[in-house]
Amino acid sequence: MLETAFFYMFGGMSVLSGMGVVLARNTMHSVMFLIFCFFNASGLFFLLDAEFLGIILILIYVGAVMVLFMFVIMMLEVNAAKLREGFLQYLPLGGMIAVVLMIEFIAASSSGVFAESAMGAVTHMGQEVNNTKEIGQILYTRYLLGFEIAAIILLVALIGAVVLTIRERKDAKYQNMSAQVKVRREDRVRKVSM
Amino acid sequence: MTPIDMAIQAGIWALEILAIAAPVALSVAYITYFERRIIGWVQVRQGCNRVGPAGLLQPLADGLKLFLKETIIPARANKLLFVGAPLMSLVPALIAFAVVPFGETSLFGIWDTPHVMAISNLNMGLLYVMAISSLSIYGVLMAGWASNSKYPIIGSIRSTCQMISYEIAMGFGLVTVMMLAGSLNLSDIVHAQAGGILHWYMIPLFPMLIVYFISGCAEVGRTPFDLTETEELVSGYHTEYSGMWFATFSLAEYGAMILISLMTSILFLGGWYAPIPALDIIPGTVWLLGKSAFLIFVFIWFRATFPRYRYDQMMRLGWKIFLPWTLGWIFVVGLFIYTPGLDSIIDFWLAWR
Repeated sequence: MLETAFFYMFGGMSVLSGMGVVLARNTMHSVMFLIFCFFNASGLFFLLDAEFLGIILILIYVGAVMVLFMFVIMMLEVNAAKLREGFLQYLPLGGMIAVVLMIEFIAASSSGVFAESAMGAVTHMGQEVNNTKEIGQILYTRYLLGFEIAAIILLVALIGAVVLTIRERKDAKYQNMSAQVKVRREDRVRKVSM
Repeated sequence: MTPIDMAIQAGIWALEILAIAAPVALSVAYITYFERRIIGWVQVRQGCNRVGPAGLLQPLADGLKLFLKETIIPARANKLLFVGAPLMSLVPALIAFAVVPFGETSLFGIWDTPHVMAISNLNMGLLYVMAISSLSIYGVLMAGWASNSKYPIIGSIRSTCQMISYEIAMGFGLVTVMMLAGSLNLSDIVHAQAGGILHWYMIPLFPMLIVYFISGCAEVGRTPFDLTETEELVSGYHTEYSGMWFATFSLAEYGAMILISLMTSILFLGGWYAPIPALDIIPGTVWLLGKSAFLIFVFIWFRATFPRYRYDQMMRLGWKIFLPWTLGWIFVVGLFIYTPGLDSIIDFWLAWR
């Protein structure tokens, strides 16, 4: 019973905060709503006994990705009046996407995959079942190839980002640490006879 | 479960939370006192000694002063986030204590097996602490932005860059601990270090201990890395804060400092175990708190000793020295674990083979 209550709390909060992301006037408030939404999603993971995924969601998305988002958004100049200018122009397209998504959701939920009978009534696993160990075991044995490919793609993206942003500039100033440390008194101070 | 059982359980949880939150708040107050006394001692002066015997009531007087001060909210500030920011930095600092194991007790022989003294003996304790401590960025960032003022925003951006940079080195440093202990559960990590000072992880992972502690120092924004609150920024992101809201920020900062000290003692200094097994008759909690108290003293000692880092030097230390160092040590530990011949050396510390 308690679990159902928690499920509805997390689920409802994540839907509400998701709406908050879209509807908030202030972009900073939108970001905060999105963070709150992630927290609720990780709460849902916890209810499913997937603590590892729940924690990783907070660690990666809230702790790293959203900070960078916020950096960018803090620097943006948002003009609310300008944003609302093309509202009517984009309304048909946006409305169409919304309707299509709605139909897909309804079709999926009535297709029987999510029917009560199709759901396995799984009891909760005990504390001795270690989530991290299970995920690690299956990731490094059965799905090793996919995992390695994902790692290589990420590495390529990383190197690509570095290559794209590195610019050779002749007038760029930089400090040579070891030269700074090696400086002795004689290099800087000169005795002048008056 | 009947409603009465649930009510009793809720009451126990509330007591557990109170039993950790109240001492943390109290020790924060007295760490400020000891900080002033120790720095006074280092600089050959007295420190605070007027209020109460030897100045012991000074933290209470300070608290009262901060409590009675007027809270000023700037006119152009974003009120909601301005008020929310101190709470956003305090909450992560406090909830991270939920998984810290303070020792093991059988309650004077009443229980057959010793229980771990933690609110939650979570299987992913280490990841939880990492995830929660990365959240404190938001309080700082929000404070800077919501103040709608130049210096706070520069301070908060500096602070965020610093925290993100040093978090990476910190995380990689912890990977080596996971590799040796084979677990993310903090009490399991302590159990893996049982049996005297030679079994502590500070022996095989000494460079990681240094990296973790210095990164912790940068993460909290303590003195060699306190560029966020320098004089040229008029104390950075909390320029516009006064009274209780300012006190909330310092509570969060000192709470994080206590957490870093506890985590360093748990991960590298054997947690609640004594350096010599014969000394284990002294309760483990005393050992753990003693080690943490020493590390807090080291924090204060740093503050009294080192000049401030320049910004580019600080970034260089995080990215060009600590990061390769930690990655290299992960490689070395992995090599020792899986190379025949070398593995006999590391088996002494390895808990899972």
